[in-house]
Amino acid sequence: MWDYMKLVVLGLITLLAAIAANYARDLAFQVHAVIIMLTAGGVFLWTLRRTDEPGQAVETGYLDGVIRAGVIATAFWGIAGFLVGTFIAFQLAFPVLNFDWAQGYANFGRLRPLHTSAVIFAFGGNALICTSFYVVQRTSAARLWGGNLAWFVFWGYQLFIVLAATGYLLGATQSKEYAEPEWYVDIWLTLVWVAYLAVFLGTIIKRKEPHIYVANWFYLSFIVTIAMLHIVNNLSLPVSIFGSKSVQVFAGVQDAMTQWWYGHNAVGFFLTAGFLGMMYYFIPKQAERPVYSYKLSIIHFWALIFLYIWAGPHHLHYTALPDWASTLGMVFSIILWMPSWGGMINGLMTLSGAWDKLRTDPVIRMMVISVGFYGMSTFEGPMMSIRAVNSLSHYTDWTIGHVHSGALGWNGMITFGALYFLVPKLWNRERLYSLPMVSWHFWLATIGIVLYAASMWVTGIMEGLMWREVDAQGFLVNSFADTVAAKFPMYVVRGLGGVMYLAGALIMVYNLWMTVRRSPAKAEGPVMAPAE
Amino acid sequence: MDFYSLLREFADSWVLLAMFLFFGGVVLWTIRPGSRSVHDDIAGIPFRHDDTPADAVADNEEAR
Repeated sequence: MWDYMKLVVLGLITLLAAIAANYARDLAFQVHAVIIMLTAGGVFLWTLRRTDEPGQAVETGYLDGVIRAGVIATAFWGIAGFLVGTFIAFQLAFPVLNFDWAQGYANFGRLRPLHTSAVIFAFGGNALICTSFYVVQRTSAARLWGGNLAWFVFWGYQLFIVLAATGYLLGATQSKEYAEPEWYVDIWLTLVWVAYLAVFLGTIIKRKEPHIYVANWFYLSFIVTIAMLHIVNNLSLPVSIFGSKSVQVFAGVQDAMTQWWYGHNAVGFFLTAGFLGMMYYFIPKQAERPVYSYKLSIIHFWALIFLYIWAGPHHLHYTALPDWASTLGMVFSIILWMPSWGGMINGLMTLSGAWDKLRTDPVIRMMVISVGFYGMSTFEGPMMSIRAVNSLSHYTDWTIGHVHSGALGWNGMITFGALYFLVPKLWNRERLYSLPMVSWHFWLATIGIVLYAASMWVTGIMEGLMWREVDAQGFLVNSFADTVAAKFPMYVVRGLGGVMYLAGALIMVYNLWMTVRRSPAKAEGPVMAPAE
Repeated sequence: MDFYSLLREFADSWVLLAMFLFFGGVVLWTIRPGSRSVHDDIAGIPFRHDDTPADAVADNEEAR
């Protein structure tokens, strides 16, 4: 019966998407309607072929298939996002790379949101979804709730990524940073996210452990807060049901404040809270010892979520936003130092008594440097949120450098560590294919980040100083084009840093691939493992 | 007083106080005497059910 219902719904979606493709007002909408039509039609056929098949036995183990798929998707989107990022870095250094034949599709303005969304939402998002599914099952001692709903979350999220990415190239954007996808893509993501919340929460509710491990608190706050942020920041009215253009409900400074309330909490809850969930599970696992202080982790959690939500206005210093609001954002950003560093210390000290592992285990080295970068960028961020510092740093490349030391260093490295941990476990391999390759990845990535961050500090501060330089008569000394010319060498260094980071990630993908293909299987299957 | 100002007043006073008290309560509850053994137990969760869920382990034991 359920299958018939699914067939009816899928058939209707296919038909409606075909109609929408016909009436489409713009190219992006038309392409999206065709993508949805093909996807729904394909799933229709797939469901049809399986309808009325004899039912399969109920599975009782952990649901790991969707996590394996998530690991593959994380690696794939990671490479795609890093590649686009490296390319647009060179587009800035060498404008000729904005090819004439690709104008309007592959120039910097179109590729930049593609890069940010690919690394944050496709790479980071898949990493968060698959690790959260792994962690919540292991720490709840229960199989994922909702059966194949987890698969819907996975494939639904991939569809969201494809729709967002193709939309950017074709010009469908609502021009809100990190929230560019248009209205119908937003609605789809909302559906997928509610399913994600249901799977995660359902698993926690049926847990067999009496307590909820701290990593799950972080993951849960990430899922709930992102749902709230996404809905409020994307309140918009479509101009036509057959077009991709929509108009925001908020206007002016209210819209700006909503956007940066969203934008900063996307950093706070997507890139921080969610990844802290990873930290609190994978570092203890890889170090084979419990977290340094569980008490500190609880206080870290509550302090972080209580403070982060107020920090957004620091993106709007010296704007139409009232002073009290931007002061509030600044003060809360500075207070955030404490929980951030508390969490960093907690992660690092988990290794106390096992520091020798840093010498022998490149995976734990990766995790430790990621926590180091977390500490560094949560120091830099509050500093940049101070109004006086912000007057120098805002609109310069310093901001870009800060974002990347956080994203490449903290989010990227902890994700790589988690992937190195997960692949042997999930594919039932004894160990990784090659540890020297992990070391190569570690050093390439680290030096790449250092090149990136250092060049952006230099160019950012230089640019900020050049912009504010006035002569004795009070005239500005430099034109904007002067700063652009002065930045060229640093832009090349930044691009090279990106190449190194990308090369490291490619080594990782090869290493993981060979782990699955070549590494010896574990002697005992997981189901046969003796119970403790 | 319009609705915005009313909410604003409320947020500035009672809600702020309530959030402070909640947070203080969380901290005090976390460091309460006798919580160490509970926290040690929770911190050990990641090392317990690596390969199979709790009920599946029980099933295996019954089968043996």
